[in-house]
Amino acid sequence: MPCSDRGPTFPGRDRRLNAAEIERVFREEYGRAVAVLVRRFGDIDVAEEAVQDAFAEAVKRWPNNGVPPSPAGWIITTARNRAVDRLRREASREDRHAQALLLYAADEPAEEGAVKDERLRLIFTCCHPALAPAAQVALTLRLLGGLTTPEIARAFLVPEATMAHRIVRAKGKIRDAGIPYRIPSEEDLPARVSGVLAVIYLVFNEGYTATSGETLIRDDLGAESIRLGRLVADLLPHEPEATGLLALMLLIHARREARVGKDGQLVLLADQDRGLWDRALIKEGLDLVRGCLRINKPGPYQLQAAIQAVHSDAARADETDWWQVLQLYNQLMVMAPSPVIELNRSVAVAEVEGADAALSLIEGLDLDGYHLYHSVRADLLRRRGRDSEAALAYERALALTDNRTERDFLERRLRDILKAES
Amino acid sequence: MKQYLMSVYHPEDQALAQADMDAIGADVNALNDEIRKAGAWVFAGGLHPSSTATTLRVKNGEVLTTDGPFAEAKEQVGGFWVIKVANLDEALKWGAKATQACRVPIEVRPFQDETED
Repeated sequence: MPCSDRGPTFPGRDRRLNAAEIERVFREEYGRAVAVLVRRFGDIDVAEEAVQDAFAEAVKRWPNNGVPPSPAGWIITTARNRAVDRLRREASREDRHAQALLLYAADEPAEEGAVKDERLRLIFTCCHPALAPAAQVALTLRLLGGLTTPEIARAFLVPEATMAHRIVRAKGKIRDAGIPYRIPSEEDLPARVSGVLAVIYLVFNEGYTATSGETLIRDDLGAESIRLGRLVADLLPHEPEATGLLALMLLIHARREARVGKDGQLVLLADQDRGLWDRALIKEGLDLVRGCLRINKPGPYQLQAAIQAVHSDAARADETDWWQVLQLYNQLMVMAPSPVIELNRSVAVAEVEGADAALSLIEGLDLDGYHLYHSVRADLLRRRGRDSEAALAYERALALTDNRTERDFLERRLRDILKAES
Repeated sequence: MKQYLMSVYHPEDQALAQADMDAIGADVNALNDEIRKAGAWVFAGGLHPSSTATTLRVKNGEVLTTDGPFAEAKEQVGGFWVIKVANLDEALKWGAKATQACRVPIEVRPFQDETED
């Protein structure tokens, strides 16, 4: 979907809405409505309950009465009235918490125009460093993505009860520990923005390669992280890293059809049918990368996006400008050095300087527990004809991943080598 | 405003040179002044080692007294602050200064709502 800030298009008044359409409105407007209500009532549970009530009301009314001119405004107004009614009922029963929330709400004038900032506040609350990373991810998907707890649990392959507990605990900490609902101060902003981007990229990567299970790509998480990426890039126009992350995700997501073969097997970048790449996403990603280059404030996400852009620019794998890729990796190693980046850089080194140079580069890397390290090393050894060493490395990689699709790929490579040897 | 407890966790076997103790003492005094000046001060204190602690519990309807801390752990609370600030971000800012001054981990924990005003 295009960025929901531009306002989604709704079916005409006379058309009956089906459940799927209301579901779509729900996904697009849930985060916005919750953000406004949290700001107004200072309490996430009150906000969520009221917004869910409002959507339940919409499901009852819209199919017969038609969609109101401003569905988002209708949801927010209805939810606010519901919350006030509920708090009044509870306040009259001497519920001190409800009384306090009503007072809080009375202090805050309703400003529906400032909705953009409301969602930004909510993102920073969800991605607060005092919350565990797994809790940050769960809260962001739930409150801003509008995903249900069972959906989030399924996506992360944890039992529903575990995920529910994680979310309840995180919301409890926000409330009781007084995690503020605000945009961080100027001095804290860079660190807090990179925290938010890290959460979104984590969701994307989880969708890209499930750590275990049958399906290589969980498309829903990919689409959801891109939606969040669009939102954050839009809300933080002066943070080129937010744009860089969005571009990076778009360029990788564009290859999802080509990345899995007919029988569900993993297809490497070099072997992909580039005709299957999503041209619209690539164009959008490339435009964003160019925009970042103009701003000239490079960061790790922008550099990784630029690397993907070089790949996207090549009509065929053998037309890839590896020299350019290597330059970008060199820059990335200066800005954000890590063994994983060095491993990725070695792939470019192999193309520019040869497999031997790449092999000596990765020999000392502290990545023994990372299956891709052994997979890259195996491939380099294979290219140098060191087949028995390559076979051992593939076996080591196999021992380290449970992902069915990746295992199939590694087993295929291993079989090919053993066949060639015998 | 909310109140937060900032607990200072000392390794039980920590033996510091006098010079280090003096440096920590000076930094903690300076931090105390800063907290007071900011209007965030409620209370603070340092504790004797956990070997001086006495633990009480009810067993079979009688109060049982034992020598020593409740939990045998490598780190014990060696002191604490109670501060009053607007939110966790402000509390964590003081916590960051406290761990730098004390050179040991600091745990920041909110008081229950009754202490809000």
